[in-house]
Amino acid sequence: MSWETVMGLEVHLQLATASKIFSGAANKFGADPNSQACAVDLGMPGMLPVLNEQAVRYAVMFGLGIDARIGKRSIFDRKNYFYPDLPKGYQVSQFFEPIVCEGVFQVPLSDGSLFPIRITRAHLEEDAGKSVHDRFPGQTGVDLNRAGTPLLEIVTEPDFRTAEQAVAYLKALHSLVTYLGISDGNMAEGSMRCDINLSLRPTGSDSYGTRTEIKNVNSFRFVEKAIAAETARQQELLEDGVSIVQETRLYDADRDETRSMRSKEVANDYRYFPEPDLLPIVLTDDYIDSVRQALPELPAAKRERFIAQYQLSDYDAALLVSSPDMAAYFEKAVTLCDEPKAIANWMLGDLSAALNKEGIPVSQSPVEPQNLAGLVARITDGTLSSKLGKQVFEALWQGEGSADQIIEARGLRQVSDTGALEKLVADVMSENQDQVAQYRAADSSKQKKLIGFFVGQIMKASKGQANPQLINKILTEALDSD
Amino acid sequence: MNSLDLSSATAAQLISALRAGTISSLELTQAYLQRIEKFNPAVNAVVTIDHEGALASAAAADQARAKGAEGPLTGVPLLHKDIFCTAGIRTTCASKMLANFEPPYSATVVEKLNAAGVVTLGKTNMDEFAMGSSNETSYFGPSFNPWDLKRVPGGSSGGSAAAVAAGLAPLSTGTDTGGSIRQPASLCGITGFKPTYGRISRFGIIAFASSLDQAGPMTRTVEDAALMLSAMCGLDANDSTSADVPVPNFHTALNGDIKGLRIGLPKEYFSDMLNADVATSIHAALKELEAEGAILVDVDLPHTRQGIATYYVIAPAEASANLARYDGVRFGHRCDNPTDLMDLYARSRSEGFGDEVQRRILVGTYALSAGFYDAYFKKAQQVRRIISEDFKKAFEVCDLIAGPSAPNVAFPVGAKNDDPIAMYMEDVYTLSVNLAGLPGLSVPAGLINDLPIGLQLIGRPFDEETVLRAGHRLQLRTDHHLKTPQIGADQS
Repeated sequence: MSWETVMGLEVHLQLATASKIFSGAANKFGADPNSQACAVDLGMPGMLPVLNEQAVRYAVMFGLGIDARIGKRSIFDRKNYFYPDLPKGYQVSQFFEPIVCEGVFQVPLSDGSLFPIRITRAHLEEDAGKSVHDRFPGQTGVDLNRAGTPLLEIVTEPDFRTAEQAVAYLKALHSLVTYLGISDGNMAEGSMRCDINLSLRPTGSDSYGTRTEIKNVNSFRFVEKAIAAETARQQELLEDGVSIVQETRLYDADRDETRSMRSKEVANDYRYFPEPDLLPIVLTDDYIDSVRQALPELPAAKRERFIAQYQLSDYDAALLVSSPDMAAYFEKAVTLCDEPKAIANWMLGDLSAALNKEGIPVSQSPVEPQNLAGLVARITDGTLSSKLGKQVFEALWQGEGSADQIIEARGLRQVSDTGALEKLVADVMSENQDQVAQYRAADSSKQKKLIGFFVGQIMKASKGQANPQLINKILTEALDSD
Repeated sequence: MNSLDLSSATAAQLISALRAGTISSLELTQAYLQRIEKFNPAVNAVVTIDHEGALASAAAADQARAKGAEGPLTGVPLLHKDIFCTAGIRTTCASKMLANFEPPYSATVVEKLNAAGVVTLGKTNMDEFAMGSSNETSYFGPSFNPWDLKRVPGGSSGGSAAAVAAGLAPLSTGTDTGGSIRQPASLCGITGFKPTYGRISRFGIIAFASSLDQAGPMTRTVEDAALMLSAMCGLDANDSTSADVPVPNFHTALNGDIKGLRIGLPKEYFSDMLNADVATSIHAALKELEAEGAILVDVDLPHTRQGIATYYVIAPAEASANLARYDGVRFGHRCDNPTDLMDLYARSRSEGFGDEVQRRILVGTYALSAGFYDAYFKKAQQVRRIISEDFKKAFEVCDLIAGPSAPNVAFPVGAKNDDPIAMYMEDVYTLSVNLAGLPGLSVPAGLINDLPIGLQLIGRPFDEETVLRAGHRLQLRTDHHLKTPQIGADQS
């Protein structure tokens, strides 16, 4: 029997507000334990929540960014459960009336096509603190810095069938929220955490199987691996006639498997009820419009524009708009050197490779847009061959100045002087007379190979500075003339 | 002590004396501290005395007055119900759970009263976490009614009511979730006022039921209540539910008559639940208001009885969440040697909370549980709206609603301990007012066999002024509020 995997995702997105969702404590990652938790975050007696308006604005921005219906009157609810890192014994969340209602998010796939994902809802809530198990032997510490960090929980319909779709969605989501500036979307630091609801059903069936929920997967790669592992596990059980237990599971990256969380932690009745300490959030049309007006150009629109304005391929455009910094870099370089295709190629090729290798974001690239534009300009005007271009790029990366300064300092100017090139060709031909003879006796396919040999020799003799187009022309003429 | 009799002195009288310079705040504070020392062992109304703090702020008050920098209540001693967080002074909510809790912050009400110049003498006894109508659920033992030490002072603000009645302080704060200011005021023969929900910030008040809790003044007279209320009110950025409405000068609002004021009498408040002697006293008080020019009209509050059930779903439900933070992890009581996390939770909470608190947490948890939410909590919310509508309708034909504050005079200590429902019935006339968020005042309406009973006046939302004015007119005509129990009369 063949099986179809059905998945829905829940993403917890930390919003990049200056302070917490219900208190004035700073909302920053990485501070000393419990140094960023005030009396409200600690759930001290008599403390009351006060809603951070920036968090509301960010949620509305997200809703508008995915064309969702905005809940004009949403309410907060208490989700009750006991856990040491949940100071009040309840989490303030939105259960009955969320701020972002149904919407459709168009996710670009790698082939350039768009894949629509239905968003069920997105709601505001507060993050819990962290239980720290590895600091005090035999004991658990509680760090409440994270308690009260604003979260937007984004829930999809069960629209995913493959890991590739799920990862594409998460990447598109990451891209959208960084464009909106509402979150850094950093999965490693927990700014974006993903729960995967996954079930299997026989291919062709339209009912759903029993699902499991894989909690807190924290990288794109782990999402892919967790889906593969859980799919395999469920398939094996189903094929052995064992039913799936609805439960929460964790992905263990070291063993590349999912395992069950203790049932005690999942069999919860959260006893939701409206939070009496907070008023409903009431949003006017004017407010929603003002947020809409202030939205930046979003990835989907930018992608369309890049394709139309710069004649880029779907693929290149999708990659360039994946982060606002990439897109800004590209557009800055293009204003300095109007060669969009060449700039895109350098960015998606050498520049991305170098950035990935060093693990730094494009915003911190040692090769700034004006440097890359200067390099592409020198290639376009024939000063540099693309091979020399790579050398110049290396030097740019090392911080040796602008492309022109590097060309000057290293004497890398491409040789296009016909007299000098003719002499080079003649020298190489006289040093390789056997090959000249072979060329003249050969058929055209063999001749192409030998041309390659000669060009290689000539480039070597010129230290790479000979203009390859001119060499080709002069060489072919010389070989064919006798 | 000059001509001031502290067993019956009002804050307004003390302010006059302080202004005239016939007494200093330091002298006054020392005198009240002596009274507390002398009488408190019998009434157990005060659980924490801040001797040094009180003397220091009294001295500061005298200096401020000398410099002409006084506020409306400068130098007047006051007691806070032990539910208001007071920075540096232990705040227990009369619970073992918080027996050693010293908050690093003060409630907005405390800050505001400090700014107005009060001298805080200490903290008063109360029902544990404000859950009770007799002050018997306190971890510190019951407070006793100064009119009869074998009887309860009412609750939950029982200590605050008993303290004012016994002359341990001219002013005290209370909180009222279902009658916790008005019922003890009634039983102790003092004036107690719960303003409109949202009038006074809840920030720093330890929560019982957030949608119902409201602080208010407990005083000897309506005039004192007005003075105190003006200092307590106002929008607070720290409490999202505090109301953004102008704060009138409640003291000047007392001026004027009540001619033509229509006072509605709900027939449900005068049913057979009401003790006949209480009914007689209430009717006599209403006659006085009529003599002032008020017009008595009949109104209906048809869902008064359902108010009890509604209240006892909503309040425990909210409490079950509000009290979840007392888990032994960060503050409050923690059991010895927990074996694991569940043991830590279970024993810390079982040891830290008394029976009534545990009962309400269980009731509230049940009412919110999967499968019961619609039948209990949701239904209760619907009835709550109906009760609000009842009041709205009644206020179409009247300007005030009047009735008893409690169905009976103070009952003997222990009489209702084994019957929670009988205890809950104590609040039958008060808790609908909380469900509707309205202002409610209890003023003394006479004595029955030397035990006080209060008249309740209920107003429209944010119309505290009319309520206070009517109460004040009654006190201008009668002397019920001037009567004091025997115990405090002994001059020190």
